[in-house]
Amino acid sequence: MTTTPSTFQLDIPEGLVTGTTVFRDEVTLHASKVTVLALLAHLKDVQKFEMLTDETCVDYYPKEPRFGILYQLYSLSRNIRVRVKVMLSEYDAVIPSACSVYRNANWLEREVYDLFGIVFEDHPDLRRILMPSDYQGHPLRREIPVQVEENAFSFNRARIDAEKPRATE
Amino acid sequence: MVNETTKISEQALIVENSPQNVVNTEDVQLDITMEQLKKLVSPRALTGETMLLNMGPQHPSTHGVLRLLLELDGETVINCIPDIGFLHTGIEKTAESKNFLKAIPLTDRTDYLAPMSNNLAFCGAVEKLVGIDVPQRAQYLRVILMELTRMNSHLVWLGTHALDIGAMSVFLYCMREREMILDVYEAVSGARMMSSFIRPGGLWRDVPANFGSLVQKILDVFPRRVGEYDKLLKDNPMWKERTVGVGKISAEDAIAWGMTGPCLRGSGVNYDVRKAAPYSSYDHFEFSVPLGTNGDVYDRYRCRLDEFEQSMSIIRQAMKKLTPGPVMTDDRKVAPPPKHEIAYSMESLIHHFKLWTEGFRAPEGEVYFAVESGKGEYGVLLSGDGSPKPRRVHMRAPSFNNLQPLGVMSQGCLLADLVAIIGSVDIVLGDVDR
Repeated sequence: MTTTPSTFQLDIPEGLVTGTTVFRDEVTLHASKVTVLALLAHLKDVQKFEMLTDETCVDYYPKEPRFGILYQLYSLSRNIRVRVKVMLSEYDAVIPSACSVYRNANWLEREVYDLFGIVFEDHPDLRRILMPSDYQGHPLRREIPVQVEENAFSFNRARIDAEKPRATE
Repeated sequence: MVNETTKISEQALIVENSPQNVVNTEDVQLDITMEQLKKLVSPRALTGETMLLNMGPQHPSTHGVLRLLLELDGETVINCIPDIGFLHTGIEKTAESKNFLKAIPLTDRTDYLAPMSNNLAFCGAVEKLVGIDVPQRAQYLRVILMELTRMNSHLVWLGTHALDIGAMSVFLYCMREREMILDVYEAVSGARMMSSFIRPGGLWRDVPANFGSLVQKILDVFPRRVGEYDKLLKDNPMWKERTVGVGKISAEDAIAWGMTGPCLRGSGVNYDVRKAAPYSSYDHFEFSVPLGTNGDVYDRYRCRLDEFEQSMSIIRQAMKKLTPGPVMTDDRKVAPPPKHEIAYSMESLIHHFKLWTEGFRAPEGEVYFAVESGKGEYGVLLSGDGSPKPRRVHMRAPSFNNLQPLGVMSQGCLLADLVAIIGSVDIVLGDVDR
């Protein structure tokens, strides 16, 4: 069984974490974007969280700060999971890239950049990954309506623009 | 940031006074800028000394619509840059506009070769978020279906992987065996592929009377058939030449790149979600996790083939443990009442109406729930906002994460070996792009 939070203790240096919450036996460490890299490096090197299972974003619109970046970490040797959460404002959606700590953050961050428009500083290869490279906007933001888009994968931009459905509000 | 579609400007690629060393830009249309390309390929590609070759998205060996931008020196792969997104259908976005029950059919379509695993990952996340208990019979039935799904996924993998490398007959045998598993799918859910059978709180309905005999038929036939595949391939010198020592990745690298499933276990790392965090009563069963040592294509093949036996052993144990009982939770707030109750109970009628018009509400918060699908750790990160619809559904797709180190695995290999490596990673593009 994965150890429940009551039975494991994380000794994290002062100042790296702003708070800890436990929901459904899952531990979430809250950090700011200034300390997140130091926290991730500490968790990886000292606390033996070798694997970055997942990194994604949740849009809490209309709350502000709006975006929550979630890092899902797993420790193979200790068999525990922990989540790191960093809140970002819509007007300052920039966060340091975790690629220097966890290599596989590369594609995961590209996906978050593509779908949410979060910019990752010092990312080695920050470009769109799922949407076409000439796509405008970031589709997983809450204000974008669910809609059908014809010819999404064509590089004929004039035709895409002509056939693009527009929000009518 | 990147809005301009840029083709390599011809001037940039012409080396002075050497007109023969010009990359034909008409052949390689790139959707990245020159600056970005420079970071991905070696400087030799820009002078035309090495060749940039586009493989896919319509290429039979890329298992769907995977596009690879290859930098080749003769037949040696210098750099391999995967380009994905051709099958991006916005499943995560669509799921946000549907209530929890209606989002289940979407999960079928991510990893479409293992629909039940995806159902379980999503429903498990919903159950964790809302706090639903699942009856024991439903848990054991889920285990049986999960293992059948794993075998289904591995059969398609084995068939197509062997076909890529040149063993045609294995493909035909695998498809023959897969039919038996699809028959079970059809018997329980009515659909052969997009089952949507697992629901929050249990299963859609109990399995039909012939379920036992259909599964028994598989258990009777399979061990011999798996032995046959092994005989065809295991000691086949051509198979070994194509797979042993090809596409090696060390245990440290595999962990650092976030690989899971047989790709990670092929490198000798013992990580299986079924053992690490047992879900759906997997801790009631005895099974072992096959491990490789070298982390090459052959070891990944070995791991998957050994998993067939373990899956069958789990199914045998689960069939013995199966006792009659309910397959859906009796919590009427999340599970629909039985049809006959609606006729005489006002409360059941209200519950039914509320469930089918609005759905059930989930509390505010995030949960992460992972299952071990045939390809690796399939996790669902679910964020509720107090309404009947999820705020965010994120699928942690094993194919997406296993595909990322393809460039690392294939560096310095031959182009023909690249095909073997893609096959051994076992990707489904629906899962990669979601």
